[in-house]
Amino acid sequence: MTPDDRKYSKEHEWARVDGNVATVGITKFAAESLGDVVFVDLPEVGSTIEQFNKFGEIESVKAVSDLFSPVSGTITERNDSAIDDPETVNKSPYDEGWLLKIELSTLSGLDDLMSAGAYDQLTAEEG
Amino acid sequence: MADSGTGAHRRTTLYNAHVNLGAKMVPSAGWEMPLNYPGGIISEVKAVRSRAGMFDVSHMARLRFSGPGAVSFLDTVLSANVASMRIGRSKYHVICDEDGGIIDDALVYRIADEECLLIVNAGNADEVMDWINPRLEAHGNVQMFNYTDQVGMIAVQGPEAAAILDKISETLVSAIRAFQIGEVSIAGAYMRAARTGYTGEDGFEVMPPREAMQKIWAAFRDAGIEPCGLGARDVLRLEAGLMLHGTDISRDNNPYEAGLERFVHITSPGYVAHDALARLRAQGTHRIMVGFKMVGRGIPRNGQAISKSGETVGIVTSGTHSPTLDANIGMGYVDRRFAAVSTRFEIDVRGRLIEAEVTPLPFYSSRKC
Repeated sequence: MTPDDRKYSKEHEWARVDGNVATVGITKFAAESLGDVVFVDLPEVGSTIEQFNKFGEIESVKAVSDLFSPVSGTITERNDSAIDDPETVNKSPYDEGWLLKIELSTLSGLDDLMSAGAYDQLTAEEG
Repeated sequence: MADSGTGAHRRTTLYNAHVNLGAKMVPSAGWEMPLNYPGGIISEVKAVRSRAGMFDVSHMARLRFSGPGAVSFLDTVLSANVASMRIGRSKYHVICDEDGGIIDDALVYRIADEECLLIVNAGNADEVMDWINPRLEAHGNVQMFNYTDQVGMIAVQGPEAAAILDKISETLVSAIRAFQIGEVSIAGAYMRAARTGYTGEDGFEVMPPREAMQKIWAAFRDAGIEPCGLGARDVLRLEAGLMLHGTDISRDNNPYEAGLERFVHITSPGYVAHDALARLRAQGTHRIMVGFKMVGRGIPRNGQAISKSGETVGIVTSGTHSPTLDANIGMGYVDRRFAAVSTRFEIDVRGRLIEAEVTPLPFYSSRKC
């Protein structure tokens, strides 16, 4: 089940907003498409990122994929356990496998993201 | 994701078995093959290193050479020195063109006095046959027969491969020693089995008749052998320091720079690549294949530049994360000045320069010291 407590981008990232902080990660669909994740590269805490811009890289045994931020803001926290144990992203993409916490610079960009239902429809077409 | 070309790809007799197991099927060298099964590449690698895994390698081409003069003919086109091989033995070698470029790397098996089996990479099968055919015309009594469609091939690899196969066979499979080929009966089917592989583990490559393939695959599964795909195969061969043609070696490389000199015998009478290889060997090569481990964080990938103090000194041909070593490893060609073990250089990983260190090949060996 795709959790409906958050929003999704067409690049297969999710953002769960709590106040003015968004927790960001990749979707189960993305994790399964990649296969065993073996490398995650994330920016430092304090960096600013723009919605839909590249902020990092994620690699499986076979493939390299860019990470695109679903929101704009400043990084307040980074999930080092996803960096140290990249398989966390496969095991729990929506919970323990989160990647960044971002203090939002604007809330308006959230309207450009999809609901869980719309995202499921997208992956059904892509899958 | 959207690969529209899969419809044109060939399928092995095990295609439905792979799909039923939930394999992710991908195009490879003109065939539709399993990349991995639902357990994932890493668990497949671990199965092969710790127990036993199996690979459908039916897409590799199986060519039989027979008739009076078959051995001396093969020694004009292969670098194997087949004449020196005892019956029942195999040899890894390269097939070079007249310029010394590597058309393919292959295994040749001597089945009888004048009968050999040559197994070549799926993607190179046509090129190898096109290259051999005209040369065969001058040897009227030698016949080349492509029986890739008549028999399949399954590689069973891992420390427990021999014991498991012995258990489900009517003949003693383990009586075949390393690099030998023999005939066995497994689960009621008669077939050739060679104690060879592409993983760095002990194991066998069995060649059941086409109609027995599904039964044999199912018997192997029932015996606890883990199905493994091309993804695991690529990691395993790289850990074992084995080349992949089309990635690490090609017609643009000669066997000396690829570090394959010990697999090249050039003095067989009439060997077509003799002159080119003798010249290349005498010249020496300015670049050579090395293995390296990443010191900094990053996974090397094919095509990335290798640099030293800002100067490009080589190129990565293969790279991956090694679950066995828990390290990021790669192979590539570097300027000889930077090829010594422990030399450090940088890999350009998509714009970031990450430090790496030259490491002896293979990265992994199953032989316990």
